[in-house]
Amino acid sequence: MTPRFAAGTQVLVKNDWPEERGPCHIRTPHYLRGRPGRVERVLGAFRNPEDLAFARPAETRVLYHVEFDQPGIFPDGQTPDKLLVEIFEHWLEAA
Amino acid sequence: MSTPARAESVAHLERLITALTAKGHVSEDELALQQASTDKASPEVGARMVARAWLNPEWRAMMLRSGTEAVEALGISMAGAPPLGVLEDTAKRHHLIVCTLCSCYPRAVLGYPPYWYKSFSYRSRVVREPRAVMAEWGSELPDDIELRVVDSTADYRWMVLPRRPAGTEGWSEDQLAALVTRDVLVGVALPKLPA
Repeated sequence: MTPRFAAGTQVLVKNDWPEERGPCHIRTPHYLRGRPGRVERVLGAFRNPEDLAFARPAETRVLYHVEFDQPGIFPDGQTPDKLLVEIFEHWLEAA
Repeated sequence: MSTPARAESVAHLERLITALTAKGHVSEDELALQQASTDKASPEVGARMVARAWLNPEWRAMMLRSGTEAVEALGISMAGAPPLGVLEDTAKRHHLIVCTLCSCYPRAVLGYPPYWYKSFSYRSRVVREPRAVMAEWGSELPDDIELRVVDSTADYRWMVLPRRPAGTEGWSEDQLAALVTRDVLVGVALPKLPA
């Protein structure tokens, strides 16, 4: 499975809210939706938890470690602090 | 610290095991093996890994490449466990681990998570004001050190490889391991020499 984004790529977490469309299981935290980040590294490929949670056939998706500047996410964030979060490829777009 | 299991829960579990073994999904041997590795898991495993990394550069490199491989090198099976990643603290960067969504925790190297790790308070505060949370644990982080909060949201589990404290030159692996507590492995505290 070829990752779409290489380490160092600037990305944007999709500003999508499946919670508003019906029952779902999402591993992308609310506080990161629509936020810019940077791919730290490719972690591997794992079966999509959004389907696994409902016992549906689940495709394998690439999982990334993505780094975010903390002050941009939370007003009480402090430079140079960061957040490092696992995000699946289908939640990322090129920035 | 745990309360005895309710009789109906035990009966329910027995029925489940009977059904799963009858269908060939698990065997009694596999269950016993899993039980043994769960019982063996404690922060002492993570502490041993860290102490060895402070003493042995080859071990350190292997552990940073694959935490899973390092755990298995200690004779602990990681079969069926999520992959373990190790986050290396440096002179300029410290890591702190949380799971804001639920309670993902590196059980293979830390055992069961403490109640605070699963608390709404820890999970919501530590991404917003990690330095304040660390200060409450008694560790002040200098302003010029980058604090990287690792939100464990998916398929990996994470532990911190902290920096070896000054004043521990010539210490044995056992002496060093004693400095590495559960809180240090999660990153809410820094290793400290006994007063």
